[in-house]
Amino acid sequence: MRNSFIAQNPSVLWFLMALAGFTLGVTLLSEATGIAFLSTSFVKTLGKTLCLCLIAVAMDVVWGYCGILSLGHFAFFGLGGYAIGMWLMYARTEVIVLESLAGQALPATPKEVSDAIGNQIFGVVGSSEFPWIWAFADSLFLQLLMVVLVPGLLALVFGWLAFRSRVTGVYLSILTQAMTLALSLYLFQNDSGLRGNNGLSGLQNIPGFEDTSQAVISIVFFWASALALGLGYLFFAWIVSGKMGSVIKGIRDNEARVRFLGYHVESYKLFVFTITAVVSAIAGALYYPQAGIINPGEIAPIASIYLAVWVAIGGRGRLYGAVIGAAFVSLLSSWFTGGGAPSVPLGFYTIQWTDWWLVLLGFSFVAVTLFFPKGIGGLFDRLVRKQA
Amino acid sequence: MSTLLEVSGVSVTFDGFRAINNLSIQFAEAELRAIIGPNGAGKTTFMDIVTGKTKPDEGTVVWGERNISLLGMSESQIAMEGIGRKFQKPTVFEDQTVRQNLAMALKNPRGPFSVLMHKKTKTNAARIEAIAEQIGLADQLRRTAGELSHGQKQWLEIGMLLAQEPRLLLVDEPAAGMTVEEREKTTDILREAAKTRAVVVVEHDMEFVRRLDCKVTVLHEGSVLAEGSLNHVTSNQTVIDVYLGRGHA
Repeated sequence: MRNSFIAQNPSVLWFLMALAGFTLGVTLLSEATGIAFLSTSFVKTLGKTLCLCLIAVAMDVVWGYCGILSLGHFAFFGLGGYAIGMWLMYARTEVIVLESLAGQALPATPKEVSDAIGNQIFGVVGSSEFPWIWAFADSLFLQLLMVVLVPGLLALVFGWLAFRSRVTGVYLSILTQAMTLALSLYLFQNDSGLRGNNGLSGLQNIPGFEDTSQAVISIVFFWASALALGLGYLFFAWIVSGKMGSVIKGIRDNEARVRFLGYHVESYKLFVFTITAVVSAIAGALYYPQAGIINPGEIAPIASIYLAVWVAIGGRGRLYGAVIGAAFVSLLSSWFTGGGAPSVPLGFYTIQWTDWWLVLLGFSFVAVTLFFPKGIGGLFDRLVRKQA
Repeated sequence: MSTLLEVSGVSVTFDGFRAINNLSIQFAEAELRAIIGPNGAGKTTFMDIVTGKTKPDEGTVVWGERNISLLGMSESQIAMEGIGRKFQKPTVFEDQTVRQNLAMALKNPRGPFSVLMHKKTKTNAARIEAIAEQIGLADQLRRTAGELSHGQKQWLEIGMLLAQEPRLLLVDEPAAGMTVEEREKTTDILREAAKTRAVVVVEHDMEFVRRLDCKVTVLHEGSVLAEGSLNHVTSNQTVIDVYLGRGHA
């Protein structure tokens, strides 16, 4: 079956080969495993970019294939990051606390240890009690489960309510924006239990690997991100091909027709919405240990809008388009906003790209929408057609 | 012949406008029926009610030998019960191939997981080819539906309905925008289909109805005005007054 699937979807094979080649290249150029041409922080940037590509692929499935313009998928990405961040922070703080208590004459009681950890983590928001949502934070396994379960459940409940009431189009987009805004505002509160606007930090320190250098950790996370992107791509390529793909594209193009064919459209939308939310969360769980910090600003409504812009620029309705869009725009964005782009002196005014990048992005988005509705990925269509 | 669908005493009001007014109509197991009537007579609303898109204010819609009420059911449930609907404008999935369009419509389990795990089988392929043959698109299976001519799209949509294996087929103005030859072929397809199931055609065009050569129901202001053969209803004075009168006077 795999053979025929690859044979019918040659772009999947091309993509996986390109990803493998890229991974190999970065591995050979990195500090830990290669000739140290790429700095550790750049390897982290690349690894994070792969995670962004993964959520972009998910976004493409929900929007480009199923026609649901969700402007809230970054909420799931962030929740995934928070879920893994809780374990990272807890376990890391536990190590530090145990070290500092080790010198005492009497061994510390579990209560003392727990209080000390609570103090360390929540002192910044004036508390030392563990909120109930941290109940599983000491278990990596349970917290990994939360990476999938919490965003999955949120998507399931939200989607069920929204799709059952037949909320579609721009109303659904607004609703998803409201969801991510509400979540972000909630997390900004100090008593949300996730350290308010401080967020979770120190996530780049992996408990149990205190002696491992960041160079090694960065390349391992890069590999993990590449693997996740490869598997996610394969998974979604499988979903959007075949009959499932027919039905969800049908929902995008003519929902009523699909309904009168006897398909329960709401179940399909819910399926696609939830499965893409879960994959977004996995992408987030890989992203934030590389970023080192997560705070509620990450899931502000604008983040999900960027996601839609990446997919639109890359080309909707083609998975590789989403990858190209996310990689291209997010790397370009860090180049422009990181001060990499030279300022443009106009005599009377100097264009500082840190300020003007968003304007440029906005214009590019408008231009792509008007002149290249198929995005960058659409250029491949022309290549293929020329060959044929 | 036993009754397949019985609509009785149905009324529906939109913003004070009574689109359907105490409508009662029934269809037998395998029959071809034409519903005619002037604009605003409630033809499309009638279809909306039967297919679950519109909920009536009062009345009953009873289906099949087990006398199931269709009123509480969703569109997809009603479709699964065996009622297929063709829209006025041809609605096929334009960026998918003819084969994909038919495959989607083919009667098979409709749940997301069975669809996800769906595998192409020879039986399904044979069913698709048989339907394509019936609608005259056998050599077009690989084409993208968007490339088809208007008439071919209409047939594809009828083919998709047949693929659902419905017991009742509701067809809204199938001949609109068709050439004379296309109309003839459409008539043939519908008459063939009506041998094994009930086919209800809503039509504006009297010539087309004449060619269908079947029992005719005339709707007017949301209820049945007359019923019988085309000759019978066209000789009815009220029908002439409200509908034909304008053209034939």
